[in-house]
Amino acid sequence: MASSSSPAHADSHPAHLQHHFVSSEQQFDAAKMGMWLFLVTEILLFAGMFVAYTVYRVWYPEVFVQSSTLLNPWLGGLNTLVLLGSSFTVALSIHFIQNDNRKGLIINLALTMAAAIAFLVVKYFEYTHKFHLGVFPGEHYSYSEVAGPYVAQFFSIYYIMTGIHGLHVIIGIGLFIWLTVRATKGHFSSAWYTPVELVGLYWHIVDIIWIFLFPLLYLI
Amino acid sequence: MSATTLTTRDATPPPVHYLNHDKSLKSWLLTLDHKRIGLMYLVTVATAFMVAGVLAMLVRYELINPGMDIMTAETYNKVFSMHGIMMVFLFIIPSIPAVMGNFVLPMHLGAKDVAFPRLNLASYYIFVAGGLLVVGALIVGNVDAGWTFYTPYSSRSSDSVLFMTMAVFVAGFSSILTGLNFIVTVHKMRAPGLTWNRLPLFVWGIYATSIVQVLATPVIGITMVLLFFERLLGIGIFDPALGGDPVLFQHFFWFYSHPAVYIMILPAFGIISELIAVFSRHPIHGYRFVALSSVAIAFLGFLVWGHHMFVSGQSAISAVIFSLITYLIGIPTGVKMFNWVATMYRGSIWLQTPMLYALSFLFLFAIGGFTGIALGVLALDVHLHDTYFVVGHFHYVMMGGTVIAALGGLHYWWPKITGKMYNEMLGKIAAALIFVGFNITFFTQLVLGTQGMPRRYYDYLPRFETMHEVSTYGSWILGAGLFIVLFYLLASLFRGRTASSNPWGAATLEWTHATSPPDPHNFHQTPIVSRGPYDFHLLSEEFGDGHATQEIADTRETQPG
Ligand code: HEM
Ligand SMILES: [Cu+2]
Repeated sequence: MASSSSPAHADSHPAHLQHHFVSSEQQFDAAKMGMWLFLVTEILLFAGMFVAYTVYRVWYPEVFVQSSTLLNPWLGGLNTLVLLGSSFTVALSIHFIQNDNRKGLIINLALTMAAAIAFLVVKYFEYTHKFHLGVFPGEHYSYSEVAGPYVAQFFSIYYIMTGIHGLHVIIGIGLFIWLTVRATKGHFSSAWYTPVELVGLYWHIVDIIWIFLFPLLYLI
Repeated sequence: MSATTLTTRDATPPPVHYLNHDKSLKSWLLTLDHKRIGLMYLVTVATAFMVAGVLAMLVRYELINPGMDIMTAETYNKVFSMHGIMMVFLFIIPSIPAVMGNFVLPMHLGAKDVAFPRLNLASYYIFVAGGLLVVGALIVGNVDAGWTFYTPYSSRSSDSVLFMTMAVFVAGFSSILTGLNFIVTVHKMRAPGLTWNRLPLFVWGIYATSIVQVLATPVIGITMVLLFFERLLGIGIFDPALGGDPVLFQHFFWFYSHPAVYIMILPAFGIISELIAVFSRHPIHGYRFVALSSVAIAFLGFLVWGHHMFVSGQSAISAVIFSLITYLIGIPTGVKMFNWVATMYRGSIWLQTPMLYALSFLFLFAIGGFTGIALGVLALDVHLHDTYFVVGHFHYVMMGGTVIAALGGLHYWWPKITGKMYNEMLGKIAAALIFVGFNITFFTQLVLGTQGMPRRYYDYLPRFETMHEVSTYGSWILGAGLFIVLFYLLASLFRGRTASSNPWGAATLEWTHATSPPDPHNFHQTPIVSRGPYDFHLLSEEFGDGHATQEIADTRETQPG
């Protein structure tokens, strides 16, 4: 690689700047644009499920109204509050690192992580309760109190949508662990905190998707 | 006159370049260099192409006579399914973007690399994982639902659908990440002076493709997830026996798969624009139209999926609307065709192998496009749907369009990629064989279709026999042509003449500012761009008198190499 050094390459540059970028600004802009595009694909992924939801809801509105009574709006509401809170703490963590407050960053990352775990715990109780009743997706549905054609479709859609959303929450927890480790090692500062910002964006999307799922599945 | 600096022009290869600066296996498998990643893709998708190609030859051979020739009906179903799945998901979708896009795009932009080199490497391994899942499906057996996986057959017939849906999901994820990487690269990594109006048309093609990759692929992703759970848990979204709706699957599938045909063809348009400009030595006529029509096609492509479902029981009104929008796509496509022809009309044509492929493309893609319009006509489609006419149509577009353009691009960039010239004489012979073989194989299929031969059938009436026979012979000529290409390209690595930095006298940055093969970081100095990609007259001004023409004369004298 010796011969590859060129004038454009030889300038001294900060440690976080990768060699193929000219400036930190270019690197940050690129990362942010990449993340936004990725989030667009995430929304489109869920859009497929929203379309399936819409189609079946339009076809069988009464079945959907009836089935949704099996979901507990209080637990769903609690989870909504939990996620909204975590969106706030994640925003705070970015705010703190922008002001070089590393402790604030770490505390808020931990709070966000705690909220994410709380969300999953609530979800766990919701799921197991339904499994207990025999409320399974599709052909395994066996709950006789609320039955009839297409009830199973509602729960297929419910489990797939909330399941994939839950998977995103789990991925989020992994990302927060990673950020916290790096933060304790002092990798971030007001000069460079791109990963914090990008994970924050990701987490907002996870939150927003839930904000749509909650009323569609639990309330209407 | 400009701040650009010319790197070496002499024929001795640079001592250190991206191929030899570190030769260890690890340096390849963990490379972050877009050029090496492009080459790894080349080897991988070429392998997929060869395997799928052999399967195609077997399908064709089975159909040479009615009744059983070499395989049973069950095997036949598996072989044609595997052929389609591998060709579509493991070869043609990644082919040009992942191979040529990776190698050429950053160089076209005057950049050192794509925006996210690590993501780029990850996309490659994700793609490989997708390929391995396809192999897994093969081992589990019974892949016989075709590449379209129509439900409920696919979700009931076999367990391999579990592997297949995952494979498509995973390969799709790789495609999304590649597209995302390219979009950001085009936006953020352009060299100083490289305005949008100065982008090579290949970049425009890849850019438009990337938009489709990012916006359409998540839909097939979720469709595959739903199909996966349909098979695993019987969730009843698509299976009518469980209260689901199979037509919903078709909507989902084609909402991705029609745009996907533009993932396949838009990069090909990009290559053809480069080839026609360089080998006619004339700037592309109507540059802006050619550039923006790619973007227009990308967006219109999202609105026409229903033309695959004219006979699936959708409402008459939606059929009419889908038919109308389908015609609309012909307009930007036609604009491109006319501009390419006009470029040649004004230019002075140099018939090297890449140009032969460009000319083949114009001819074959025109047939592909016209047959597409024919299928878009409602009344005709009711007659032609699921016949060999459709098979002929999409082969004219996918093989006659994309594969031919990819071959043209491969020949064009071969000297840059490897630093070697291939044998021009063999190149021309192979291009001719491929053209002739292709038409014999697939034109007969268009005719068969109009006569009523249904697609995907193992057996057929005796009156179709002659045509099938001819088609099979054609496939042998085609196969022979492709084999010759493989032979002399590999031979060139050992015996080929050393390529100069710009053997075609092209004006884009990878030729004018980089050695063949390029430096590990592409350019010795970041280029500063002060002219368009096809300003051939400025090129000689910039690099001293007769730069381009001298290079070409050198190449001509020593032909065949
Ligand atoms: C641009 C590249 C194109 C590619 C790669 C392509 C590919 C394909 C493929 C693979 C199929 C068969 C689908 C199946 O397996 O069922 C198909 C069918 C069809 N194509 Fe294209 N196509 C292209 C362009 C066009 C154009 C330009 C039009 C019309 C203007 C068109 C109209 C149609 C129609 C209407 C069908 C449905 C035929 C039927 O199943 O009855 N295509 N195409
Ligand atoms: Cu289509």
